Amino acid sequence: MVVDIEFLEEKARQIRIEIVKMLTNAGSGHTGGSLSATDIVTALYFYKMKHNPKNPQWKERDRFVLSKGHAAPVLYAALALSGYFDKSLLNSLRKLGSPLQGHPCCKNLPGVEVSTGSLGQGLSVACGMALGLRLSGINSRVYCLLGDGELQEGQVWEAAMTASHYKIDNLCAVVDHNNLQIDGHCSDVMNIKPIEDKFIAFGWNVFTIDGHNMQEIVDALEAAEKTKGKPTMIIANTVKGKGVSIFEGKVQYHGVAPTQEELEIALKELKNGKK
Amino acid sequence: MGKNECTCALNELSEFYSKEMATRDVYGITLVEMGKKNPDIVVLDADLSCSTKTAKFAKTFPDRFFNMGISEQDMIGVAAGLALTGKIPFASTFAIFATGRAWEQIRQTVCYSNANVKIVATHGGITVGEDGATHQALEDVALMRVIPGMTVIVPADAYETAQVIVSATEYYGPVYIRLGRAKVSPVMPEDYRFEIGKAHIFKLGKDVNIIANGLMVAEALKASEILNKEGIDAGVANFSSVKPIDSEALLKIAKSSKLIVTAEEHSIIGGLGSAVAEFVCENHPVPIKRIGIKDTFGCSGSWKELLKFYGLTSENIIHTVREFFKK
Repeated sequence: MVVDIEFLEEKARQIRIEIVKMLTNAGSGHTGGSLSATDIVTALYFYKMKHNPKNPQWKERDRFVLSKGHAAPVLYAALALSGYFDKSLLNSLRKLGSPLQGHPCCKNLPGVEVSTGSLGQGLSVACGMALGLRLSGINSRVYCLLGDGELQEGQVWEAAMTASHYKIDNLCAVVDHNNLQIDGHCSDVMNIKPIEDKFIAFGWNVFTIDGHNMQEIVDALEAAEKTKGKPTMIIANTVKGKGVSIFEGKVQYHGVAPTQEELEIALKELKNGKK
Repeated sequence: MGKNECTCALNELSEFYSKEMATRDVYGITLVEMGKKNPDIVVLDADLSCSTKTAKFAKTFPDRFFNMGISEQDMIGVAAGLALTGKIPFASTFAIFATGRAWEQIRQTVCYSNANVKIVATHGGITVGEDGATHQALEDVALMRVIPGMTVIVPADAYETAQVIVSATEYYGPVYIRLGRAKVSPVMPEDYRFEIGKAHIFKLGKDVNIIANGLMVAEALKASEILNKEGIDAGVANFSSVKPIDSEALLKIAKSSKLIVTAEEHSIIGGLGSAVAEFVCENHPVPIKRIGIKDTFGCSGSWKELLKFYGLTSENIIHTVREFFKK
């Protein structure tokens, strides 16, 4: 299959623009982790996953679980650009009465598979979905995006055992490994390394990639699908705030929205990046 | 989404009528029967399948049973995932671990997503016995009742338990069902039909009404018999459905009562007694006495001794009523 990498990179750029715009409009939210996850989420929604925005409940769709629910803006932008709802709805992020809650709620918004936001819970849900699909004989895959700080949650490792024990090979998890969490560097707050060795020891097939290299992302997702008998973990090395120089690698943009001035800088940089 | 297809005709449950059985045993049997009829039913357990009685299902349907090991949080999350692909998962372990260890998973992932997960916990209450406080769930009903969208059921006997399992399967949405370890006396009449949100009034008393659930229904019935002989008009109601609570029945009871006594195998904080007090205070205030565990941990002992030790007996109900009417 020929992959149009340039098309995906352009989609990612558009998603980043929507992320900074909606966050500035909302006045709060998680900038850094939405931007670091953008290329991965773009590759899933615009290349790898089979899904139908006109029929969100389509039984044979692939599922995406955003375990790091605070990166809701990247999911909302991907859903809007896919056609699940009108782009104008992004302006309502975090506003009273909006289906775009601060963290994703599946009761409010078609396309959101499960409510997330409390870290550590998504991988279990993804395991359950993958088992349910397998039991029903549906040949669909489940993708789960985790944060690296999130790996400090014990439940992640319970789920890691489950995925391996039940040989859940229709499951592919991705760690958005941007090295930062609210209180600082992951290695200072609570060291999570070596991530790769841990998942290998838990019985997973593990790939480590550059999480901003679209070709590498696409290749890893393809290789994951070919892996039988065990789940796959893609450790995506990323940069927090990727795409906007003033946010990149800065922990203070974990849970802070861009100001109007920062938005202008961000838009200028992102628009200059047009292919 | 609408109701799931009916999985089990009620007349097949009549085998449990008037049987003295532990509610967990009824669960194990009913689950297998329903599993035969509804292929969407799947079962999860956290290394306690012999105690929760889901082992019967595991043996009959090994492909639809998932032992999650000793990891309750993951079990609840996996159950939610299964539900979100159209399965009807029953997740079982002891009540304290199901509701305590995995409370936030139940709140965030199950209820906030309105996932169709049935949490059927055994070993609720003090009758766990010898294992002691760490294994005796005295707070589980409170913990589940406070979560929006959760249905909370505490069946009284074998016959009701089988019906509750069937109803939970037919209903779409999260349900918590609390079962016990000890054998319980049969109390529900043959023509009884359980409905979520409906109480069963055995008799409406003009002086006192005892509102109970679980094994305390049997104690309430014993107490009312003696009180009636003493000239106190005592009624009894089974409020197995703690949430939603039957407000119509409660109002009727409150209007007919000089005193309401609640009786439950649970802390007096947050459970049935609290639910009744909340409603009665706001809608038709009547004096209420709550019988239950009085804000303390349990301890080891035989279950019969423990029920006496903590005052979960017909004698204590009688004593409480007599004291009130002495004034």
